[in-house]
Amino acid sequence: MSDNAIRTSSIKKNDTWLKVVIYIVAIFFSIMTLFPFLMMLANCFKSSDEVQQSALTFWSADPFGNFKKNWTFIMSKEFKPAVGFMNSFIVATCSTILNVYFSSLTAYAISAYEWKFRDAFNGMIMAIMMIPGTVTTIGFYQMVYKLGMVNKLSILIIPSIAAPMTVFFMRQYLQASLSMEIVQSARIDGAGEFRIFNQIVVPLMKPAIATQAIFAYVGSWNNLFMPLILLTDKEKRTLPVMVSLLTNDSYRTEFGAVYVGLFITVLPLIVVYAFLSRYIVEGVALGGVKS
Amino acid sequence: MRNKKLVNYAKYGYIFSIPFILTFCVFTLYPVLYTFVIGFTDLKGAGNTDWHFLPTVGKNLFANFKDVLTSGTFQKAFKNTWTIWILNFIPQIGFALLFTAWFTDRRSKVKGQGLFKILFYMPNIITAATLAILFNVMFGYPKGPANDILIGVSKLFGVERKAYNFNANEWPVKFIIAFVQFYQWYGHTMVNLIAGVIGISPEVFEAAEIDGANRVQTFFLVTIPCIRQIMLFVLVTSLIGGLNMFDIPQLYIGTNANNAGLTTNMYIRNQAFSGSYLYNRAAAASVILFIIIVILSSILFYILRDKDEAKIKKLRKQELRAARKGL
Repeated sequence: MSDNAIRTSSIKKNDTWLKVVIYIVAIFFSIMTLFPFLMMLANCFKSSDEVQQSALTFWSADPFGNFKKNWTFIMSKEFKPAVGFMNSFIVATCSTILNVYFSSLTAYAISAYEWKFRDAFNGMIMAIMMIPGTVTTIGFYQMVYKLGMVNKLSILIIPSIAAPMTVFFMRQYLQASLSMEIVQSARIDGAGEFRIFNQIVVPLMKPAIATQAIFAYVGSWNNLFMPLILLTDKEKRTLPVMVSLLTNDSYRTEFGAVYVGLFITVLPLIVVYAFLSRYIVEGVALGGVKS
Repeated sequence: MRNKKLVNYAKYGYIFSIPFILTFCVFTLYPVLYTFVIGFTDLKGAGNTDWHFLPTVGKNLFANFKDVLTSGTFQKAFKNTWTIWILNFIPQIGFALLFTAWFTDRRSKVKGQGLFKILFYMPNIITAATLAILFNVMFGYPKGPANDILIGVSKLFGVERKAYNFNANEWPVKFIIAFVQFYQWYGHTMVNLIAGVIGISPEVFEAAEIDGANRVQTFFLVTIPCIRQIMLFVLVTSLIGGLNMFDIPQLYIGTNANNAGLTTNMYIRNQAFSGSYLYNRAAAASVILFIIIVILSSILFYILRDKDEAKIKKLRKQELRAARKGL
């Protein structure tokens, strides 16, 4: 009896210690995650001299005056966040819609119908997922150049109709949640196949669509490689391309202003994340388990 | 009785797949093949679209591939890419596993997990370009937060020291780029792994507990084998992403610091879209990268494949064949 009690209490003691360690490490990582953002925020309100003196303090002699000065400076040159936002918004929104709609359609074609090349097609989708984006770059650029589509935002949008990763997840979801009886009964009621998909299957897939839409949006919004190659027109730059301008020499000495520039581009993402974080994290989990 | 005509639904399978297949062929398959072809041609010069196969202009068919493979810059870029990926992946999977073990432990339920997960995941949605520049200013020379900390800490120990130029030396550059990658991805990996552990049937853990397994044993002998598939998924996606690394090194350091942060993707872009616009050489480099990724992914899938499932599949195939013969 007493022997057992001692063992239990020593386990309890170990548990407390372990918990303390867990919390310390987790809090350390939280601080590490937040630190760059806090620092960026603090330095937005400093003059370049103050940043030079110490970038770590949260104190400034004239925070709002400095912020205004930094703002005016950053907006006075090539860096135009409003243009970047508009372009990124157009590209991300359109490509997300195409991505999720056509991926759902393709996934439905695979899971609901029996056709000859279905398994081959399914296998092909798995294989395509492994193709790295780079390998298409040169050929893609040559093709786009010949078509005269350089500097057209649509060239960044249309390819998202074929998104193998999304199709893969949508198919997993459909296999678990689509009952063919519903489809059959709709057929008996005389609904066409296309209408069944739009009015019955799409609403059924809402949770999967929401998750995949978030990832497609974030992915498209943050993409730098392709836009950097394809968009040379100043008015067509997307936000990441805009951000990349901040490495130019003209901003080298204006530290406060660079922080403001970065802050403007991060703020909307953080605001959106604050509202959607739970769904995003759950969505990641969903994707992982299903694969 | 009304004889309802039989509808052939199979055709809708084809119809609904057409948009995907068409887009794939035009925007992925054709460019891939085109890239392969360009690798064997003399295509170069800005905006040039006129090309000839190398043998027709009196050169070796594989000249571009040879040029790339013997180029010191490519070799360096290739080494850098691997070094940075490994420097980022080992701590990434390590810490992700550690947090997974802690957050899913049945005996000590950690509170505030939801908040930690949300915080750890956050850097993943932030534009990589922004993060790269943010870290670049942070490790600025001679003044920047990192140097402020370095000098401040030295002062605490009574040592006066000068600011260190992180961005002028080979290894600090690699470590910082790897750290930014780590910073952006460890939360993502952790969330994936935790989801995998939650998916394991609780009975498995109960059985382990009854058998007297302690925490460490349970984790290494029960949890990890159960989430093997997800670890494979994480490894493959991270590897493909890592070998395609571009945004962070490009904006953090570019080709400065003696190409310390040059990756293969940056090499490809620099060859094709700057200097003398060597599309052919860039295409050859892409093809080499492609072959490497395909080989590696196949090996990984083979090593980590579910052996039991493969056996079952084989058996099923044999049965099917036998049944067909019997018919």
